[in-house]
Amino acid sequence: MIGLGVADPSQAQHDTLVVEDLTVAVGTVEVVHQVSFALEAGQRTGLIGESGSGKTLTALAIMGLLPEGLSANGRVLYRGRDLLAMSERELCAVRGDRVAMIFQEPMTALNPVMKIGEQVSEPLRLHRGMGARQARSAAVQALERVRLPDPVEKMHAYPHQLSGGQRQRAMIAMATACSPELVIADEPTTALDVTVQAQILELLVGLVEEGGSSLLLISHDLPVVANVCQRVLVMYGGHIVEEGSVDDVFGEPRHPYTRALLDAIPSLDEDLPSRKLRAIAGSVPGLGEFPPGCPFRNRCPRADDVCAVMPAIEGSDHRAACWHPLA
Amino acid sequence: MGVQILIRVAWLIVSLIAASILVFAVTNVLPGDVAAVILGTSATPEALDTLRHQLGLDQPAWIRYVQWVGGMLHRDFGTSLLSHSAVGPLIVQKLSVSAPLAIASAVIALALALPMGVVAGVNYRKTSGAIISAVSLLGIAIPTFWAGLLLATIFAIQLKLLPAGGFVDWSDNPLGAARSLILPSLALGLVQAAVLTRYVRSAIVDVQREDFIRTARAKGLTRWQALRRHGFRYAAIPVVTILGIQLTGLLVGAIVIENVFVLPGLGRLLFQSVGNRDLIVVQDLVMLLTAVVLVVNFLVDLSYRLIDPRIRSSA
Amino acid sequence: MRRRLPLTLVVGVLLVALVIVTALISSVWTPSDPTHVEVSARMKGPTTSYLLGTDQLGRDELSRIMAGARNTLLVGIVTVLIAIGVGVPLGGVAALYRGRVEDTTMRLSDVLLAFPAILLAIMFAAVFQPSTVTAMAAIGIALVPVFARVVRGAGLQIMQQDYVTITRTYGGSNAWIFVRHVLPNVSSVLIVQATVAFAVAILAEAALSYLGLGTPPPTPSWGRMLSESQTFLDQAPMLAFWPGASIALAVLGFNLLGDGLRDLLDPKLVERLELSS
Repeated sequence: MIGLGVADPSQAQHDTLVVEDLTVAVGTVEVVHQVSFALEAGQRTGLIGESGSGKTLTALAIMGLLPEGLSANGRVLYRGRDLLAMSERELCAVRGDRVAMIFQEPMTALNPVMKIGEQVSEPLRLHRGMGARQARSAAVQALERVRLPDPVEKMHAYPHQLSGGQRQRAMIAMATACSPELVIADEPTTALDVTVQAQILELLVGLVEEGGSSLLLISHDLPVVANVCQRVLVMYGGHIVEEGSVDDVFGEPRHPYTRALLDAIPSLDEDLPSRKLRAIAGSVPGLGEFPPGCPFRNRCPRADDVCAVMPAIEGSDHRAACWHPLA
Repeated sequence: MGVQILIRVAWLIVSLIAASILVFAVTNVLPGDVAAVILGTSATPEALDTLRHQLGLDQPAWIRYVQWVGGMLHRDFGTSLLSHSAVGPLIVQKLSVSAPLAIASAVIALALALPMGVVAGVNYRKTSGAIISAVSLLGIAIPTFWAGLLLATIFAIQLKLLPAGGFVDWSDNPLGAARSLILPSLALGLVQAAVLTRYVRSAIVDVQREDFIRTARAKGLTRWQALRRHGFRYAAIPVVTILGIQLTGLLVGAIVIENVFVLPGLGRLLFQSVGNRDLIVVQDLVMLLTAVVLVVNFLVDLSYRLIDPRIRSSA
Repeated sequence: MRRRLPLTLVVGVLLVALVIVTALISSVWTPSDPTHVEVSARMKGPTTSYLLGTDQLGRDELSRIMAGARNTLLVGIVTVLIAIGVGVPLGGVAALYRGRVEDTTMRLSDVLLAFPAILLAIMFAAVFQPSTVTAMAAIGIALVPVFARVVRGAGLQIMQQDYVTITRTYGGSNAWIFVRHVLPNVSSVLIVQATVAFAVAILAEAALSYLGLGTPPPTPSWGRMLSESQTFLDQAPMLAFWPGASIALAVLGFNLLGDGLRDLLDPKLVERLELSS
């Protein structure tokens, strides 16, 4: 598999994170296959995929937080230093300070028996060496930045006393407290009410822009990514199958899977009663149960024998991994 | 929250009453006859009747029940049917043996189980964790009285370091008294430690799988820091709950151990009184033990509600 | 992914099998008659005819240990049966009828829980002549709350499932729901709890026999053998070893069996159902 590599050294300076041939395996079974991409400074990139595509595992591998039993190979270069090769101690200096992650379910991701204030202050005390009082006022400021109502009161509240949206705001405050260079958000709004989702996304984008950070937004929700991100990576079966700017990929998809995803979204301005919902034939196989070669083979209308071998991803800016791309 | 506490206090009182009825009912179904035990089998029926009347045994059950409960509430525990001495002071005297024994065992158990459980939990995938787990599994299977016998064999009989039984009064020889308690509290404490270790380990293993530990690590905390700052207070909740239940085990173990080492404590008193059909003492002791268990469980339940903020504020 | 049989399960099964087999064999054959007194041969060390030596009355220790296994198994089986027979319906009633019934049942159960088996047995033994029956009754009753709580907790969880609501809509009675839906789902937890209860029962019976409140002589009982050996601790310490080790091995076996079964039968589910009690 051909990886991205760093072909252009001057480009490297603009890249916050470069992932090269990242592979995640459960024992001998590979679940993320030689994924490669680069995140530019200040850029918002979306990682799209259904459940089981390996997108969350990719994020966890970058952070070095894979669950027991999973291992990662390849290189994850943060400013030229390979995160996968770092010691736990070195990684701890990076996590929360330079690279931060926001998780999907704030109710379980926050410690239920610890006050919000304490949890939000923690990265500041850890990475900025602040004392208790200083960290507390900085935490209040962080809560104000995420527009949490009554931030001073909320400092003494416990997670279960907040609403879902408020909890996620607290999580965002926690993650952005040290102004990290890269924020990875794993389905940050999926567990929230639809009405709250837009607010949270807007908040996230605002903070990221303000801080000049890069954002890696992981989601299965195409419209969300289309609205928020500039670049998008499409993942299926542990492979990146398409990559490019949001306009290119969503406007003129090259990979059949992307096309199918877009087709499956019902549009409000179409004549609904006369159109059937277009689902993708078949269903997503379980981890480790993908066919050899292109993982989308069994469900692809354009597949044939040559697809038994995994195609390399090719193209210049708008790339796809397919023997029979749409364009 | 205050209402919740009141409700629980009410239930505690109901439980105590229910327990007292149960205890009274069981002990007074005794076919054995205290009068016969006291006077011997050759006593005449008239003598037996007189004695029964003297001891108040010919009154209807419910009157005796009320007298008993009323007495206890006034700190009058009646008089032993056999020795005619007041039961209250008798209990207090025996407590001077049983209480230090129980406390020493509890301390040993906690001092061993907490660190070992944490180590076993943190290293649950490594050999060190597995070893501790295996040892604690063995420890649970060992009957307390066997542990006592083994310890006595080794330290008392073979090595002649500590007494194999008996007890000197605190006032006569405090050092000797303490020495008499070493082996029994070790036997009891070690077995209890094994049981507790399992629970502590289990709580630590579980908490490490929680999402918020992953979040803590994502913030830059090391595994150990995440466990210490976030995990411990969360894991404390199930452990505290268990401690209350463990108390019952401790009390039972104490009763048995006192008989192994011939310690003149409450356990031995209970045992002897049952054999002598000394109703009053049996009733009082069983009621006392049950009350202690019920009250401690109530307190643990209360503290559990205080520790866990989710319950505290939703009540 | 096929799951490997957990080590705990294997060892547990082996130990339990050892106890069962010993008990079965001893009912037809032991090296010598366990109750045959031979005073001239008292407290001998291991010889060819007395593989584990003899006790203070010259009885063959090995035979007595083997015969003791029978007693142990009997007590375990009967007490667990009693506990299940009373506890499961009790828990079911609590879960299905809710309200007052549930509260009362659970409170009674809690009060009973506060009575350790030994205490109950001591009282029983005071009332009736101490025997295997009184011991089994006391331990069985003391274990009832354990099963009642488990069944109630699991029952409550299962009752919340949609398929139960659906069953009610087409006329399923409480008893029907209990037998057809609650019991099958609770069975795995019950099995695990039963093995653990078995271990508890063995320990409790041993303690009672040690105190003289359990199986009376001449039936060999490991607990009583321990108390009998105590007087001769300085002369024949090994007599205190064998019965104790047998008890420990049996308890260990059942505990491991319970753990292994729990690991095998979907650990998370079993844990959740157990914790909910």
